[in-house]
Amino acid sequence: MNHKESGKETRKDGTDHLIVDRRQFLKLGGGIIILFSCGGLEAQQGQQALPTDFNAFLRIGEDGRVTCFTGKIEMGQGIVTSLAQMLAEELDVPLRSVEMIMGDTDLCPWDAGTFGSRSTRFFGAPMREAAAEAKAVLIQLAAEHLGVKQEDLKIVDGVISDKNNDRNRVTYGQLAKGKRIERSLGKKAMLKPASTFSISGRPTERTDGVSKVTGKAQYAGDVRLPEMLYGRVLREPVHGAKLKSVDTSAAEKMESMKVIRDGDLIAVLHSSPDGAESGLARIKAQYDLPEAGLDEKTIFAHLLKVAPAGEVLTQGGDLKEGEGQASQVFEETYLQQYVAHATIETHTAIARVEGDRVTVWVSTQGPFRAKEEVAGTLGIPPENVRVITPFVGAGFGGKNMNRQAVEAARLAKLSGKPVQVGWSRKEEFFYDAFMPAAVVKIRSGATGAGKIVFWSYDTHFAGPRGVEQIYDIPHHREASHGHYTGIPGAHPFSTGAWRAPGINTNVFARESHINIMAGKLETDPLEFRLKNLADQRLIKVLRAAAERFGWAPSRSPSGQGFGLACAVDVGARVATMAEVEVDQKTGKVRVKRITCALDIGQIINPEGALMQMDGSLMMGLGYALTEQVRFKGGEILDTNFDTYEIPHFSWLPKIDSVLVPNPDVPPLGCGEPPIVCTGGAIANAIFDATGARLFEMPMTSERVKTAMALLRK
Amino acid sequence: MIETIEFKLNRKPTRLSVDGERKLLWVLRTDLGLTGAKYGCGEGICGACTVILNEKAVRSCQIPVKELQGKELLTIEGLAKEGTLHPLQKAFIKHGAFQCGFCTSGMILNAYGLLVEKPQPAEGEILQGMNDNLCRCGTHNRIVRAIQDAAREMRGPR
Repeated sequence: MNHKESGKETRKDGTDHLIVDRRQFLKLGGGIIILFSCGGLEAQQGQQALPTDFNAFLRIGEDGRVTCFTGKIEMGQGIVTSLAQMLAEELDVPLRSVEMIMGDTDLCPWDAGTFGSRSTRFFGAPMREAAAEAKAVLIQLAAEHLGVKQEDLKIVDGVISDKNNDRNRVTYGQLAKGKRIERSLGKKAMLKPASTFSISGRPTERTDGVSKVTGKAQYAGDVRLPEMLYGRVLREPVHGAKLKSVDTSAAEKMESMKVIRDGDLIAVLHSSPDGAESGLARIKAQYDLPEAGLDEKTIFAHLLKVAPAGEVLTQGGDLKEGEGQASQVFEETYLQQYVAHATIETHTAIARVEGDRVTVWVSTQGPFRAKEEVAGTLGIPPENVRVITPFVGAGFGGKNMNRQAVEAARLAKLSGKPVQVGWSRKEEFFYDAFMPAAVVKIRSGATGAGKIVFWSYDTHFAGPRGVEQIYDIPHHREASHGHYTGIPGAHPFSTGAWRAPGINTNVFARESHINIMAGKLETDPLEFRLKNLADQRLIKVLRAAAERFGWAPSRSPSGQGFGLACAVDVGARVATMAEVEVDQKTGKVRVKRITCALDIGQIINPEGALMQMDGSLMMGLGYALTEQVRFKGGEILDTNFDTYEIPHFSWLPKIDSVLVPNPDVPPLGCGEPPIVCTGGAIANAIFDATGARLFEMPMTSERVKTAMALLRK
Repeated sequence: MIETIEFKLNRKPTRLSVDGERKLLWVLRTDLGLTGAKYGCGEGICGACTVILNEKAVRSCQIPVKELQGKELLTIEGLAKEGTLHPLQKAFIKHGAFQCGFCTSGMILNAYGLLVEKPQPAEGEILQGMNDNLCRCGTHNRIVRAIQDAAREMRGPR
């Protein structure tokens, strides 16, 4: 194949076909290479004029090993295993002979990043097709090699043999040897039907298991380079503060301490992280502080004031007409406080500058974004930047931006030495792009027979996800005002994507509201939902959850402490039920058990899917009950886990995760949908236990206590 | 002050010349090149840096390295013996008791310390004993199962 250095070639059909640098292909060596892309690549690229009509490839090497190169990254969601399973399945090779090369921008083609439960949903199918294409090439080669018709061949564990003469056989490795075959995925390849799967769909131990239990798994902070230094950067105490004066003389006098001042960047470098920390402590800085502004109480009125006009996402019928049919009208406002990502690994990067080239190892969900950020800051062409993504110590949307990589790269360039920047916990809280504070307003009505007839929904700054109507309501309108990333002047600090962005807040509001309606209409909340739903998949998961949970129909508050919520998220159907116990004196909520039923279509690794569900339910307890970033204007008052409380072992409820199989639907993502109902289910369970309705998340002891006190008045 | 500290590191006699006030976590991760213990909070709250000192789980981000003098230190790198995984390591894999893996070294070693103290812990004792080790991925139920399983295996069939 004849491609130019620029990575551009002209296909036989005359269309331009951009490919990654030739350099990458040279590195790959021989073998059979299939290029493929996942759906919506152009949409993902947006304005970026980046190459390629494919964004991943797989290779059958001369050793028979299968390697998949993708810009996706592994941060605990388990795709390093489930994607390999899908490949092994389609290619008929053992799982152990598949290797995933992930998030290395020099080896892997461009990818938008790992977020939104997209990897399995959008990436899985084309990857399987690429594998099927590779298999077709191998079968063709084998037929020639063995002198046997294609239809008389069989494949077992990467060995192709004559059905009628098992000794007439050849391995994938032998077929790939000395060859250099490249194919782009064109027509749809024939995929194996799910009924014949022997690897996909079976519980599988994770391929990253041994390295993670022996301490060998490498994260960005574990990379060691000769002569490397550790950098600590001077931070403003409050967002919006302006540096007035700084005195670095004391730090400069310290042994082996290097002080760097470059415009806005003031940092110390030392051969140990603790050394750098002690240097930073000696820097004296004075700031002009902005006026203390918003707080946890005033933020909501402010958000409503600055919110842009809503974008109507779904609508139908006529609200006025619907209201005319309603026998009761319900109008409520729901609030959401800021929530941190609080991954145990803080943002970390290490950069090495060699001539005009930079290599950065980054804890990131978006290696290609990191590459652009670093190139942009250093003013060098992106192709001179290589980002390598080791294992990531969780992301949940918090590692999409890569400030730490830019800092490491700048410091490496300024000092001429490799520099690691690993944020302290305080820095991690300070620069986190939180789940935004948000306000949801709902006005709805139902007939005396319990049919919802109108629904008017306005969410402010939570984001559009989960706003669309899932109930069967004749007259409705759902609008989203302002994205979760905010607009200038909305939030005193950054906000962004937090595991299933927006929908946790939106489901809390909607499902609380549904329960309020059911309660006033004297109906069991499950029955009320079933009566107003038409989505058969959702009805099925609700029934599955109810059966496993042992839902006992009753009017809430029943005193049982049972609550439920349901949702549609990124194509998945999810229903969660919780049982809580509320301390009447303190307002402290204990979730005793939680059941979640989930339909994510075809299931690739059931064990992996259950892990995501269990984890989501446990993590969800935090945003539901305690997690709230305390702030005063641009000052972040939480600096560590002592005041910012994430779920602990002592909280552990009985967790029951139920997969509702649905082989007719292609595989959907699993990292987010199981978390989205936790807040709503718990809110409804608190009401069922106490009769107190919570309109604000998190539902802290204090808020529950206040809500219960209101009842007694 | 630079001190000479002699101790056993993963069963091997080791000598360090180091400022004795430095925190063990950083000495492990830089001077000794053992990166299994992680920084998570720097204040002994999260447990990601947990190591075993004289058979007790401690927070290496809080311990001055001079406290190692004459003691035995076990880190995650030394838990498997001659390539054989410790029952806790095996059980963590079997039960999928980790996702991102960042808290895992600390979880396993804190569980190790717990089982030294209580070889047959009740579930409540596991929850209490592990309570100050934080996991953001929510693998708690699986970690509990793994610890129960490992405890059974460590007691053996006798």
